[in-house]
Amino acid sequence: MNFWRQTAVIAVKDLRAELRSKEAINASISFALVILLLFNFAFAEWADQVREVAGGLVWIVWAFAGVLILNRSFARELANDCLDALIAAPLPSSALFLGKALANFVLVVAIELVSLLVFGIFYNVRWTQQFWALMLVIGLTTWGLTVVGTMFSALTVNLRLRELMLPMLIYPIMIPALLGAMEITNALMAGKPLDGDLLTWLRLLIGFDVIFTALAVALIDTVLVG
Amino acid sequence: MSAAAVECAGVWKFYGDYPALSDISVQIEPGTCLALIGRNGAGKTTLLRILAGFSQAGRGRVSVLGDSPRDSATRRRIGFLGHGISIYDELTAWENLCLFGRIYGLDDPQKSAREWLDRTGLTRVKDGLAREFSRGMRQRLAVARAFLHDPSVLMLDEPFTSLDDRAIGILQGLLADALRAGRTVIMSTHQLREAMELATHVTMLQRGKIAYHGPRTPEMLNDPGWLYAQHGEAG
Repeated sequence: MNFWRQTAVIAVKDLRAELRSKEAINASISFALVILLLFNFAFAEWADQVREVAGGLVWIVWAFAGVLILNRSFARELANDCLDALIAAPLPSSALFLGKALANFVLVVAIELVSLLVFGIFYNVRWTQQFWALMLVIGLTTWGLTVVGTMFSALTVNLRLRELMLPMLIYPIMIPALLGAMEITNALMAGKPLDGDLLTWLRLLIGFDVIFTALAVALIDTVLVG
Repeated sequence: MSAAAVECAGVWKFYGDYPALSDISVQIEPGTCLALIGRNGAGKTTLLRILAGFSQAGRGRVSVLGDSPRDSATRRRIGFLGHGISIYDELTAWENLCLFGRIYGLDDPQKSAREWLDRTGLTRVKDGLAREFSRGMRQRLAVARAFLHDPSVLMLDEPFTSLDDRAIGILQGLLADALRAGRTVIMSTHQLREAMELATHVTMLQRGKIAYHGPRTPEMLNDPGWLYAQHGEAG
């Protein structure tokens, strides 16, 4: 079976398992919505200023909510020692990794889109003005987050404090990508087009994704088998 | 290329400074059923995991069917049943077997899944989620998963533990069929009576070292604890 079919088999398996158990998705969506609601109350008097930093606010919420999904990625395989069966199978570790990263990407993007709708209503932000450019930024940044998060999910899967370790490992590495995403999202939500300095940030996001995807694919076998 | 089904030469494994395995060298011929025995902590699971390619040896060389156990073509020919049952609770029995059939690149995963559900007596509950199964049914599903791709070498870690009589009978029947078909079976176990009935060879580990490696003798069959007694581990 070719590499991409094996990747798809793993992605579909993870999505099916998560949609049946809803463990991570329920926790993540609840977290995102509660934080957005709390921020809305906290910043009610500064609504105009909040709209100017809307991009930063949503990316903070998404980064934290996303980690709840990523934490479950390899931890799901611990029950019944399923990871052993996958490592024993003729499945390239890179296909296993990419399948899991794809499933995580779909789940995290779904959380982001649902909370974006709620965010638009709570904060009165017209985020659809540069819709496709915003979707591009969400896609690129979320891929970076899921690649880094899935890799560290594999690395920390056998640690007792993995829920604590994962965010501590992910966020420092994600700083450049999150900075870029916040800058571009702020501008796009204010209705500005994707050009000038924003293109530099966009190139940074693309470079981040390429570098960390290549690194993760190259290192995952060592991480899983040693 | 080695003619042995499984071979390891000078294998060491360290956990920190502690040698879990010390200079293990064994050669297992095709068609052999090897019972890997030893007290808790003797190194049985560690050795089995190295042979199956889950874990790297600190030193030494391991080959399965003439190649590294990490080689993709070799892994396609290994069936592994570990301590955990390695099935997904959120998937049905049918989905679990089809999933592993696809991962192993079987020509017709659905046909194989149907056949193995039938052989393990799970056809009636094929659309039930694995988490809703009894312990015995989950074990039978795990056995079906391990045998699904018709492996040439079967590695089983404590395969009889917590099985009910029916599941033990099914597993013994499947292993006997596999041996008649020329497959190689390696099983680590504490259930000496069941193991000795099937085994053609025995390897006994003591504190990470080989205490005995050779054919199963009539004494071992008559008194499964005989080998332990010979090496000062009776009782």
